[in-house]
Amino acid sequence: MASTADTDVMMAADGVPLKIKLRRAERMKKVWALVLVAPLFIFIMVGFVIPIISLLTLSVEDPEVSEALPRTAEAFSEWDGQGLPSPELMKIFAEELSEAERGEFGRVSKRLNYDISGFKSMLKRTARASDELALLPLDEIHQGFIDLDEDWNDPQYWATIKNASSYLSDYYMLWALDLKRDEEGSITSVDEGRAIYFEVLIRTVEISFAVTLLCFLLGLPIAYLLATLPARKSNLLLILVLLPFWTSLLVRTTSWLVLLQNEGLVNDAAIWIGLWNEPQELIRNRFGVYVAMVHILLPFMVLPMYSVMKTINPWHMRAAASLGAPGWKAFLKVYFPQCLPGVGAGTLLVFILSLGYYITPALVGGPNDQMISYWIVQNMNTLANWGLGAALSMVLLVLTMVMFFIYNRFVGIDRLKVN
Amino acid sequence: MALPSYATPLDKAWYISFRVICAAIFAFLIIPILVIIPLSFNSEPYFTYPMPGFSLRWYEEFFTSQQWLLGLKNSIVVGVFATLVASVLGTLAALGLNRAEYPGKSAILAVLISPIIVPIVITAAGMFYFYAKIGLTGSLAGLVFAHATIGVPFVVITVSATLAGFDNNLVRAAASLGASPVRTFQKVTMPLILPGIVSGGLFAFITSWDELVIAIFLATTEEHTLPRRMWSGIREMLSPTIMAVATLLILTSIALMVTMELLRRRTERLRGITN
Repeated sequence: MASTADTDVMMAADGVPLKIKLRRAERMKKVWALVLVAPLFIFIMVGFVIPIISLLTLSVEDPEVSEALPRTAEAFSEWDGQGLPSPELMKIFAEELSEAERGEFGRVSKRLNYDISGFKSMLKRTARASDELALLPLDEIHQGFIDLDEDWNDPQYWATIKNASSYLSDYYMLWALDLKRDEEGSITSVDEGRAIYFEVLIRTVEISFAVTLLCFLLGLPIAYLLATLPARKSNLLLILVLLPFWTSLLVRTTSWLVLLQNEGLVNDAAIWIGLWNEPQELIRNRFGVYVAMVHILLPFMVLPMYSVMKTINPWHMRAAASLGAPGWKAFLKVYFPQCLPGVGAGTLLVFILSLGYYITPALVGGPNDQMISYWIVQNMNTLANWGLGAALSMVLLVLTMVMFFIYNRFVGIDRLKVN
Repeated sequence: MALPSYATPLDKAWYISFRVICAAIFAFLIIPILVIIPLSFNSEPYFTYPMPGFSLRWYEEFFTSQQWLLGLKNSIVVGVFATLVASVLGTLAALGLNRAEYPGKSAILAVLISPIIVPIVITAAGMFYFYAKIGLTGSLAGLVFAHATIGVPFVVITVSATLAGFDNNLVRAAASLGASPVRTFQKVTMPLILPGIVSGGLFAFITSWDELVIAIFLATTEEHTLPRRMWSGIREMLSPTIMAVATLLILTSIALMVTMELLRRRTERLRGITN
């Protein structure tokens, strides 16, 4: 490397100013860094991000009517939705019903049946006669519909077609929150019998909260013990936390099934000791869900608390004691505040993980203990209602993201503190 | 945390009850795992103690059942290939993330680790929906692809953590001595970050090995992995063969845990020397 004496610009050996040379090297480094990251980035985008986004778009789409009956959808969206539609609209509808393919028609009738049960069979009957219906003159067409089914005189059926006719729609998102649009198009809550998803959402948060609280109460003593024992003993006890942590969730849930069933070990032992005389229902209910979930998530609470507690100087407690603080007071005022980063990380992590639980409640819970994930699977796999499944996924994802945002901020605050 | 000699009786009572509480919590953690292992050796198809006799019949049933063996084979194939894909891509990305500062880096990192943030049911449903469109469902390749995706954040995280303690002057020294970047990587970087790659890979493997929800969505009977097979079994009837499978899964977990622990101790020891 040479520098010329007559200017103050440093030159590299090949005569290019050092500054430029350095900048080039920096740029090359950045390019290389991006080249190394690119394969995984593309992999995650294609294999994960795009699939999830394409799934979530289903939650704001309502494609059946506008795809199968495009002219009807267009005409109905201009109609004000009051009373019965004009004979012209009815004619377009009848014409398109007679032209619709079987599969497409099936999807339309399934979709409309979500709103009014019984609509499906009524549509089927109408479609069968639609060839003749479409040929009727305008002044007879209304009567033609009524002759097929009295209900065509009821404006709510026509309004339902109108509400389902726009491709982009908040229909499934509202449904996921037990809401709907009424005939006037304003948002109201659905009938009591159909409202389940808001309750499921509340239940999901409630179970997650209870599990988090229980994990905290059980995790705190053992994290404290692990952090204050001599290293050799605590390493040994740590295995008792790490082994469950590494064991498959399904295996752990299965063992709770074995332990808690009517003829299971817990019932046997309790009867033998004399705690109760008859076998108690310990699974297929909330108790079973709590026990199994707390067992599975407890390590996620203990490990972050332990790693923070390990760094706390034990002399602080002794100093508090020497100043006259009783044990509990020293713990609350001196020790516990210093654990907060670990407590926060553990509680948030357990809460976030709980929100998405599916396998464990499905196996050890009853019908009233199923969380939102269960209904996502149910709607997609069993009921083939992808729109609602996607909308429920959206609700769960937003909830998780909000919690993660808090977690991230918290970790940031934590880092500031350490520095 | 031994009790000092000036402790009052109340202190002593608290000390003892604290220990008892802790023992109970540790028992709660470990008993469900320990209880299942002996049951898999029960000579009768019951789940009660005391057991009438010892028998290997459930293991025999496992190793002679076509369905279970297919599950075992699928689990191994998917686990191994998913781990390989995740380890290679994850290590490269971690190297790239650690190499330079550039705009959007934290956003890129967020995308790379997003598979462990998004609830698994959403991931599985999204993959099912999208893979069905591109014809990746109903094949082991789809499952490998999916499992690699959810395993790769662990590799990125562990390798990044190893790189954080990595002295870049070593790379500069190698370069100044005339080593090419590839040779530097082989001789200097790779041996130092290998523990990170291995532990990330182990995490990726156990993630795939225990994964169930994606398998529920993506796998047809031909691609059933062990957990997927177990899931069907549990929902039909809780048979002792399932206890035998569970025991095998627990043993795998123990083996992986011990490997991880040894790796961690080795790293700690090496760090101890360099300090």
